[in-house]
Amino acid sequence: MTARTITAALAVSAALLLPVTRPGELAAQNLAIVGATVYPVSGPPIEGATVLVRDGLIAAVGMDVPIPADDFAVFDAQGKVVTPGFFDAGTQIGLVEIGLERTTVDSRVEGDPVNASFDVVDGFNPNSTLIPINRLGGVTTTTALPTGGLIAGQGAVIDLEGETVEAMLVKPRAAMVANFGPGAAAATGGARGAASLRLREVLDDARYWESHREAYDRGDVRPLSVSRLDLAALQPVLAGEIPLVVQVDRASDILAVLRIAEEYGVRPVIRRGTEAWMVAAQLAERNVPVIVKPLTSLPDGFDRLGARFDNAALLHEAGVTVAVSSFQSHRAHNIGLEAGNAIRFGLPWEAALRAVTLTPAEIYGVADRYGSIEAGKVANLVVWSGDPFELSSRAEEVILRGVRVPRESRQLELLKRYRTLDGRQPPAYRGGQ
Amino acid sequence: MTGRRRPFRASAVAAVALAFLLGLGLGASPAAAQAPQDATSTASAASDAGEIADLLHGQRNGAWKSAYRPLASRPTLIRGATIMTAAGEEIEGGDLLMQGGRIIEVGRNLDGPAGTVVIDASGRFVTPGIIDTHSHLGVSPSPSVSSTSDTNESTDPNTAEVWAMHSVWPQDPGFTRALAAGVTTLQILPGSANLIGGRGITLKTVPGRTVQQMMFPDAPMALKMACGENPKRVYGQGRQRSPRTRMGNMAGYREAFIEAERYRRKWDAWIEGGMKEEAADAEDAEDARGSGGPPERDLAKETLAEVLRGNIYVHNHCYRADEMAQMLDLAREFGFRIRSFHHAIEAYKLRDVLARDSVAASMWVDWWGFKLEAYDAVPENIALVSEAGAPAILHTDSDMGIQVMNQDAARAMYAGKAAGIDVGRDEALRWITANSAWALGLDDRIGTLQPGKNADLVIWSGDPFSVYSRADQVFIDGALIYDRSRSDVQPTTDFELGILPSSGQGGDR
Repeated sequence: MTARTITAALAVSAALLLPVTRPGELAAQNLAIVGATVYPVSGPPIEGATVLVRDGLIAAVGMDVPIPADDFAVFDAQGKVVTPGFFDAGTQIGLVEIGLERTTVDSRVEGDPVNASFDVVDGFNPNSTLIPINRLGGVTTTTALPTGGLIAGQGAVIDLEGETVEAMLVKPRAAMVANFGPGAAAATGGARGAASLRLREVLDDARYWESHREAYDRGDVRPLSVSRLDLAALQPVLAGEIPLVVQVDRASDILAVLRIAEEYGVRPVIRRGTEAWMVAAQLAERNVPVIVKPLTSLPDGFDRLGARFDNAALLHEAGVTVAVSSFQSHRAHNIGLEAGNAIRFGLPWEAALRAVTLTPAEIYGVADRYGSIEAGKVANLVVWSGDPFELSSRAEEVILRGVRVPRESRQLELLKRYRTLDGRQPPAYRGGQ
Repeated sequence: MTGRRRPFRASAVAAVALAFLLGLGLGASPAAAQAPQDATSTASAASDAGEIADLLHGQRNGAWKSAYRPLASRPTLIRGATIMTAAGEEIEGGDLLMQGGRIIEVGRNLDGPAGTVVIDASGRFVTPGIIDTHSHLGVSPSPSVSSTSDTNESTDPNTAEVWAMHSVWPQDPGFTRALAAGVTTLQILPGSANLIGGRGITLKTVPGRTVQQMMFPDAPMALKMACGENPKRVYGQGRQRSPRTRMGNMAGYREAFIEAERYRRKWDAWIEGGMKEEAADAEDAEDARGSGGPPERDLAKETLAEVLRGNIYVHNHCYRADEMAQMLDLAREFGFRIRSFHHAIEAYKLRDVLARDSVAASMWVDWWGFKLEAYDAVPENIALVSEAGAPAILHTDSDMGIQVMNQDAARAMYAGKAAGIDVGRDEALRWITANSAWALGLDDRIGTLQPGKNADLVIWSGDPFSVYSRADQVFIDGALIYDRSRSDVQPTTDFELGILPSSGQGGDR
């Protein structure tokens, strides 16, 4: 079986999955969070507000929200801060367990640099230990993105809660992922021009295929550079229904991506964008969002010479839509740390909060259900002990689809086992039962 | 415990051996011929036991020594700050006076001599300069490209002969970033591909044209050793040669130290022989003379022999608790000490032993899962090790991590507190200052804000344990090396000059 047929099989099976989640289905709980300072993101903060959660959804938020007499557990959050759960715009949570253990890595396809039809969903592991660890840190939703090559495949929006991937899925095939720059160049022959040529060829073939489907099925078309499944997978990208998320750093590479996107009517999202601040005007003008990693300051590659801590702040000032991502999987909960550092270097606090909640939801087309605290939205909430970006704060309660997440993770198990070393009983007898 | 290198047998008769050595013209290379007079002259000069120590250490004729000179400084009084000493105290509204490169006084209502520069630091915080025990700046510099990859001499599992200082590129922009983040001292180590990776070197984050100008004077060198997956992967899986297993790893260390022990004995006997020749007895001396001169040098064994003599500190990349225990047995077998385990993900599982043996653990706050030996990480690791009384250290191994060490220490502290571990602020600060200084053998000179210590310190815009605080000013040996508000006190590297259009220069790098 070639890599191509494997990815084809993946794409077919992923298509059979339920396209949307049914929030609250697993363990409905009605909850009233009272007394906290609530940051809805969609509107100004409300001090001493009440958030009502019913059947996994936010039922109401505001100052004068009456708590229904029965069946609502009241959670006193006086002095606490409530925000939407953090939404990391790109991780490999569920796709990578141990980075160097290849048998646990399902985020990338080796060989051909074009894997448009590769869908991460079937390889997603709902039992990954990364899931509890990250959600206890306040990350409730992520887009699981494939990596590598020129066109890496399709990412899916996932809630970090659920026993099966179907249950966890918020939106499958929410984005097409591509890379541009030295990595993509190396994968396509060693020059950026080769990578852009290949990208154009693939998009061109996909456009051609769409208008020649019948001829294609008859075998009556010119040769096409990629498989039917890749061509089909690219249609939502060409139709502008899903974004093309491109990991790219150098200013000129970002402009090349914008050019190609314009030629094909593709809606690009710049990911990482180390030098994005240098082309902020062009990005703002075209309304192209950028997913940044604020803790970036070194010219650690020739495509990243313009690295600087205030990238996010400069982009925001120029009117660019900015999302902040952890660019981590095992430590995606550091998304708050990243946002805090963006604030340290000039991004307004409110913009930083939006960058880890509503903006990612908008980028992936799920803002009707995610990213803010509004009636009708999925109840993904975090109760923080204080400023969610401050090092001293912790996520005291994480509510995912209306359910309080238990304080359980493999790390907590290890801590419990080794909290004390005294006594003659080996640690192996503690926990694990 | 002080960290100064112990001179080898400070006996005056050792001079005889050195004179013998020099008399044989062993140092008669062209370079040595041009060496300063004091390195090659008379027996009386050679009577300095330090020269014997240098000889055995591989620094003969004064080569490979620090050429660091502190930048100009003026007496400076920092007023009204919260002074976090890392020596047990946090003084609100405190003053600190430095002069001549040293901290003179820490307290309240201090005055300086005439001409003292006074810095109003009210509302701000002062800490010792931050110290990283594990960095590859300069050896894996930015830009990270094949031609700058100088960290792993991955050509043999034992490359004790290589010195990280010989790879350091002083123009690595990472040094300036670390400085701007309050780091003043850092240990540069070879990589972890090899069982024995070579010597590490301690540098200051001062701008230098040469690595010698950045070298921390008279700092002990390190020996980098690595346990576990990396050597196995690089050699066993990558090259089909030993070590392929963890038992292969252990055999590799043991074989190297058996040879090193033989080498050490030979050299020490030869030195002793010189002494005994003076005393005119003993067969060893006959042997030494009979051999026709000093034993042959071997760079790898020279380094390991210095480890055996206790003059080079072992810094051991080792993730798993069970492997740390194996390495402690290795050290026991050959009579050396491990100064610090690094990347000690599972130190918390062995913290009682580390405390008992005074072995430090250099740790991350929350890195985990990038490989199997890093799977059992807990964010409370540092707090647990610290609570147990072992020297707990936060290290980075990262050109980015080194820019947020204050934040990482804070996160480790708050993770500990959240788990009910009683960790104080001073204790957490010691994870990136005093304890790190001890691991580098420099705790008599740096790591705390105490009179007599080097005036290496940082003025922070606010609490260094807040994500929003920034290093406003950084002093090294009393000299202002970095000032956030003054572009003329912000070093930049040659590499970055003119590399972007002018619109791209400056700003928050």
